[in-house]
Amino acid sequence: MSRRDLSPAALFELAVGGERRSLGRLLTLVERGGPDADTITELSYRAGGAGHVVGITGAPGAGKSTLVGQLVRTIAEAGKRPAVLAVDPSSPLSGGAILGDRVRMDDVVADHDAFIRSMATRGHQGGLALAIPGAVRVLDAAGYDPVIIETVGVGQVEVDVAAAADTTVVVVNPGWGDAVQANKAGLLEVADIFVVNKADRPGAGDARRDLELMLDLSHVSGQEDEGFRPEIVLTTATDGTGAAEVVAAIDAHRAHLGTGDRLAARRRAQVREEIRVRLEQLLGHRIDEAVADDPTGDIARATAGDLSPAAAATAALTDLLSGES
Amino acid sequence: MGDDVTVRIILAKLGLDGHDRGLKVVARILRDAGMEVIYLGLRQTTDSIIAAAEQEDADAIGLSMHNAGHMTLAPKMVEAVRAAQLDIPVVVGGIVPDDDLQPLLDAGVAAVLGPGSPAEDVARTVRDVVSANR
Ligand SMILES: Nc1nc2c(ncn2[C@@H]2O[C@H](COP(=O)(O)OP(=O)(O)O)[C@@H](O)[C@H]2O)c(=O)[nH]1
Ligand SMILES: [Mg+2]
Repeated sequence: MSRRDLSPAALFELAVGGERRSLGRLLTLVERGGPDADTITELSYRAGGAGHVVGITGAPGAGKSTLVGQLVRTIAEAGKRPAVLAVDPSSPLSGGAILGDRVRMDDVVADHDAFIRSMATRGHQGGLALAIPGAVRVLDAAGYDPVIIETVGVGQVEVDVAAAADTTVVVVNPGWGDAVQANKAGLLEVADIFVVNKADRPGAGDARRDLELMLDLSHVSGQEDEGFRPEIVLTTATDGTGAAEVVAAIDAHRAHLGTGDRLAARRRAQVREEIRVRLEQLLGHRIDEAVADDPTGDIARATAGDLSPAAAATAALTDLLSGES
Repeated sequence: MGDDVTVRIILAKLGLDGHDRGLKVVARILRDAGMEVIYLGLRQTTDSIIAAAEQEDADAIGLSMHNAGHMTLAPKMVEAVRAAQLDIPVVVGGIVPDDDLQPLLDAGVAAVLGPGSPAEDVARTVRDVVSANR
């Protein structure tokens, strides 16, 4: 029977029972958003939440996918069931996408119990900020741990992922200025671990020094988590060198989060962020409606030139907030 | 709304042969037609393609063939899709002699695209076989 005809609840039961195509289908529904996605998020919210969520970010071509493949192998060989969410940008012109991350992962993960899902950013603003944590939760509920999210480290997507992850790994390469670029892109603030990948190339030691220096400087300015200094690991993802050290660093950060209130605090921040995004969406719909319907007539007055846009907006807001319109 | 019809297609080459230049061209055509291409590239097996199709909830599988293997490999892929109860179309692209066309369709291949098919044909064919299946 085709999984397209099953309800979210039925799919959820099958996915938790280990059926991959049902899990695949659930992820499609989560990605689409809307009532089905909310139902699934509700179900997985109750079922899971114990797993570790790891974000891997960095410039295109840095070797993230290759590294993720090695991490998956290392983690699976240790007896765990890792999942990967590989996020790539959609073409702004066509809305389509070429999702090529599996090419770099398939070789090493073919023999292991891992679940890899490619996801395009698609156009929807704010949508990704819900789709990513939603997808992570479904994978978590299906028993995958850790869930690794790969994203290109630029712009909003990056921030969305940092918000969804417990541990964020920033991947840079040897070469003049890569670490400096990462700093400028704001990646220094979100990094819990740095990986200098392509350490088979000259300059890996310099990159490490650059990062150490920037950490020395940023330390004073007070990062969110005082007393934790991100580890820097050198890797050659193409042959797996350093992968075990990255996994160890991820585990160490997880242990660090487990001390005191840190993990709980991150999770609370994640929930708050999700609520904020959902509110933004809900209000966005109501704003669109208000502008279209013009219940107070102020918008018509403004377009006729009898009222300023600012005054019309204030009037519309008052009307919006005054109750069920 | 648009997301409801976003087509997700796996592109892969079965077996050990050659290069993936043609497959990359097709990937770009389908992306430019608004589809999401899950690119697997070279040296795939029916198992690795099925695993990817399940995890990616693909709407279709596109196979590139440039050696004589299509008469055995393409039906094997169709069989594997059925065995996995995936119920998605398999499209074959590449050099397929006219005489082999009907046998491939009889074996359950949804469509065959010859080399140098115009971009519009490639995109429309994929869209058609996917919506016929939905
Ligand atoms: N020399 C070298 N090349 C690497 C290494 N890791 C990845 N690459 C290559 O870098 C390119 C991009 O890798 P990919 O994993 O797709 O990067 P991503 O875009 O960050 O996901 C590929 O050609 C990889 O083979 C490495 O450690 N050393
Ligand atoms: Mg990648």
